[in-house]
Amino acid sequence: MHEEPILQVRNLRKQFGTGCKQCSDIDNRNLEKNFCKQCGTVYACQDISFDLYPGEILGIVGESGSGKSTMMQCLYFDADVSSGEAYISEPILAGKNVFELSSQQKRSIRNHVYGMVYQNPVQGLKMNFSSVGNIAEKLIAAGNRNVSEMEATSKRLLESVHIPIHRMKEEPRNFSGGMQQRVQIAKALSNNPPILFLDEVTTGLDLSVQANVLDLIKNIQRDLGISMIVVSHDLAVIRMLADRTIVLLNGEIIEQGLTDQVLEDPQHEYTQQLVYSLL
Amino acid sequence: MTMLEITDFGKRFTIHHLGKTMPATEHINFSLEAGEFIGIVGKSGSGKSTILKSIYRSYLPDTGKILYDSARFGLVDLATISEREMLYLRKYEIGYVSQFLNVMPRTTCRQLVINALLEMGETEEVALIEAEKALAHFEMNPKLWDSYPNTFSGGEKLRLNIAMATVKKPRLLLLDEPTASLDQQSKVRVREMIEKLKNKGTTLVGIFHDIEFMEGLCDKVFDMQTRELTLAKETVTHES
Repeated sequence: MHEEPILQVRNLRKQFGTGCKQCSDIDNRNLEKNFCKQCGTVYACQDISFDLYPGEILGIVGESGSGKSTMMQCLYFDADVSSGEAYISEPILAGKNVFELSSQQKRSIRNHVYGMVYQNPVQGLKMNFSSVGNIAEKLIAAGNRNVSEMEATSKRLLESVHIPIHRMKEEPRNFSGGMQQRVQIAKALSNNPPILFLDEVTTGLDLSVQANVLDLIKNIQRDLGISMIVVSHDLAVIRMLADRTIVLLNGEIIEQGLTDQVLEDPQHEYTQQLVYSLL
Repeated sequence: MTMLEITDFGKRFTIHHLGKTMPATEHINFSLEAGEFIGIVGKSGSGKSTILKSIYRSYLPDTGKILYDSARFGLVDLATISEREMLYLRKYEIGYVSQFLNVMPRTTCRQLVINALLEMGETEEVALIEAEKALAHFEMNPKLWDSYPNTFSGGEKLRLNIAMATVKKPRLLLLDEPTASLDQQSKVRVREMIEKLKNKGTTLVGIFHDIEFMEGLCDKVFDMQTRELTLAKETVTHES
């Protein structure tokens, strides 16, 4: 089966700190977990490579500090990579390492190709804008100028994430955590992105709201065929959503496979511990 | 046409916290023609499920080959096929059924079967009709169609699983102990369900700890203890 990945990531590295003699050798860094005791440099992502295919949900699991969020921030250009490449299969971006593009081009990718849902809605929403205004902001960034059209799109999206019509003009700061998360998802979807990043989106939500959000994500995948990267420390969430899963530890990929295979027949010592800890 | 051929299959589990590698099963050989039903029998712990889960790639096979004749890809080795190809086969060609349900929370029985069809690209209308047909066909009580399956009995969960797997019209269906812990009456219904599937031409691999119950239905029986494949009809004549 020949299939073109929609996003290819190769050798992504991100370090905080300049490094020293002890930790600068790529093959033998002498780290304590991902931390150099000599100079205090943190190697948050070390040589991460993977492919994301059209319409699939790729799960990324790992404990706190394993580099999941840093990786997402790098992919979404919230943080610069230390080194590495990423390719998006869009005609105008063919063969271009998107990490090396100008900030203007990166912004254009964020506006047209990417959607992002952060763990904390404060990062993804303007809390003092109305919900409709939040979505309109993203639509304007994507080049939309027709006000009545934008309002109609906003309403349709907010309805699809079950925000009651009479509250659409309200500011998200008045909303509960689960509602804010759903407004954030609506906003991320507004430019019809082919690629959606979801960073710990159900963390901190109660089970009933979590079920709503999971259901929403699954429907989006099925109806719109959007490719997604779902980062979570919660194996149960990954099991429900992801087709394939990558396990991160200390900034490195230690295992990857079909989600049920990773959970039922984990190969790496750390993954085994993780799975044995599952309730 | 040979649908599935397993040669010198083996699987070990490395348990890191014990520092041990344990063999689950080894030197397994059998093959299956299209439209046949093979029963794998053996004691608990003999590695029956390991074989089945390795065919479905829930376990990562270590040694040997699992050759499957795919409609989409031709002859492939399920032990080494890419993850994306395996996902395709799971979606369109190979089904897996057990008594354990692992489904989206707060989704009704009916919706789960509909989702199985939507995932394959069916339209909503067709999915709705086909889902109801499947639930009726496998004698799921209509009162249960719109409830959440959390409180279903083992037999009901099994029937829902069979409905979810068979609406996709898989070419190969794997049955993981479908009769375990069921009472006699439910077992008879499972047997009837398998008979219906077989009559429709589905190729089946099932594991059972009591094969007597499947007598007359299996074309071949693979015994985990003797590692031998026997034609089921022969065993029947021996006994009679």
